[in-house]
Amino acid sequence: MSRPYNIHRVQKNKFNAQKILFPIFKYALLILAAFIALVPIVTCIITAFKTKSEYSGTSVMTLPKSWLNFDNFRVAWEKGHMAVAFKNTFIILVCVLVGSTFISAMIAYVISRFKFIGNRFIRSLFMIAALIPGIASQVTVYQIMYNLHLINTLYGYIILMLGTDVISIYIFLQFFENLPSSLDEAAILDGCNYFGVFFRILFPLLRPAIITSAILKGVSTYNEYYMANLYLQDKNKYQVISTSLYAFTGPMGNQYQYICAGVIITIIPALIIFLFCQNYIYSGISQGAVKE
Amino acid sequence: MPHNFTNQKRLRGGMGAMTMKNQQRIVTAVFLAVPLILLFMFTYFPFFKMIQFSFYDMKYIGKRTWVGLQNYKDIFSRDDCFDALKLSLYYMVGSVVQLSLALLFAALLTEKTKGSKFFRGALYFPCLIGGIAVGFIFKFFFTHGFILDTLLSFVGFDIDSLPYWLKDTKINNWMLVATSVWRYMGQNMVLFIGAMASVDTTQYEAAEIDGANRWQKFFYITLPSIKTIVILNLILAISGSLSAFEMPYVVTGGGFGTSTYFVLMNTLAHKNQKVGLACAMAVFLLTLILIVTGIQKYVEYRMSDDYSKKHQSKRGAKI
Repeated sequence: MSRPYNIHRVQKNKFNAQKILFPIFKYALLILAAFIALVPIVTCIITAFKTKSEYSGTSVMTLPKSWLNFDNFRVAWEKGHMAVAFKNTFIILVCVLVGSTFISAMIAYVISRFKFIGNRFIRSLFMIAALIPGIASQVTVYQIMYNLHLINTLYGYIILMLGTDVISIYIFLQFFENLPSSLDEAAILDGCNYFGVFFRILFPLLRPAIITSAILKGVSTYNEYYMANLYLQDKNKYQVISTSLYAFTGPMGNQYQYICAGVIITIIPALIIFLFCQNYIYSGISQGAVKE
Repeated sequence: MPHNFTNQKRLRGGMGAMTMKNQQRIVTAVFLAVPLILLFMFTYFPFFKMIQFSFYDMKYIGKRTWVGLQNYKDIFSRDDCFDALKLSLYYMVGSVVQLSLALLFAALLTEKTKGSKFFRGALYFPCLIGGIAVGFIFKFFFTHGFILDTLLSFVGFDIDSLPYWLKDTKINNWMLVATSVWRYMGQNMVLFIGAMASVDTTQYEAAEIDGANRWQKFFYITLPSIKTIVILNLILAISGSLSAFEMPYVVTGGGFGTSTYFVLMNTLAHKNQKVGLACAMAVFLLTLILIVTGIQKYVEYRMSDDYSKKHQSKRGAKI
């Protein structure tokens, strides 16, 4: 079949205009957006390397004289009690990640595999819990933590973080629903009990889901500051990374060369995780979306 | 999928003497015990306590007085509560902008783009920065004569004529909304990219043969295919705007008329110790959120059903 010649040509011209103009427009937009996204962070890095006199004497956009001036970082590290903070954050992260992986995987296993009275009810209990904004319930959670003597203890904070976790359950639920249950049945016919099925057969298969949920949970735990501030009040002993920057409010509130250095220190771990695990993060976000 | 071992099979091994059904019961009890205890201790028990406290005039420690519905009446009669609720409107506008930008960049990045990985990463990364750090970054960014002012002076503005971004009550809320968009846009974008990746590519090929341009492809193929996710996110954005907390809390601390509902509630609860009023505020907002979520579930249900039917009839018409 042959098309009339002129129509063909009109289409081709339009196509060319799109082919030239559109990419210019597109890349201009993307570069502008990336610029806006990164400028606040990059200026922070620039400022973190400036000496006191450079900071007060030059424009915020001037590059520092030396990129090897780590004095601000040293001050920030000491003022923010970052050594203690990193140690505490590390302990919290390990406990919360191990705990929440097992807890969420176990809930997801039972809910997705077993038929029992209250199954749907328990499922909804967890889903509704996700709707209650954490900040709202802290008014009364504070009292409970106080009565249980869990304030100013690392384990209290860890228990609290374990108890308010729904993203991981979502991810594991979805993963279990995609694992064929013939797998469990075969194992059971071979004489495996349900504990064995879970720990020996299914748990190893969960690896991708474990990595995804651990990264998402890890980042949110690392950045959680509201509850940390509320329940870990003894700043000398129980400082964590997310709240370490509070040391710079007050008299140091306008010495931004130190503050920026502190900010950069707290961002670096997140950046490293991001650079190595971006694909897990992206897929985790999309998985959570399907269920919501 | 649940197992159906109805016949009472007996097993070898450690739990040998038990029937399958009993074994399931034990596993269920063991696996659910700890999570359920935690869930009740830190979510539902506090929730019911909150409802109870909302009828009292009380502090954390000390005497309680029953005041009935007075706290709920106060929410509507106190100026600060009402102003705080009005601030959510700013955040709703912001979330519409945020979702539109997310759609735009998701559409641009699903095409073949040089450096798409970099752009996606750059736009997403702000989500991964901790709240307090974001607070300091933007205090620095908006300080008079600092980053934003310097940038604007490059394009011809006079620094002295620029307002105090975080103190001027005419604009400071918009600035906070902008930081909120800066922080969370990437999250929606990544979500939309994921949804767009699952759109059937043969549809685009067919459209291309028919001479459809980019806009037509976006509005007639992409958008309808990911309609559900977009609408769900829009509804989620409403409850998100009602409970906007982080940006005003970390950047301005709620000063200069930027105190959103939750920031106010936080201040009342932990600084002024008006626990009863704060609980009433929380219960009221939670009710709103539950209503919005109910609507969301309804829409989700309707759309999943309608969508498949419509989709079929459209195809039928084309053929």
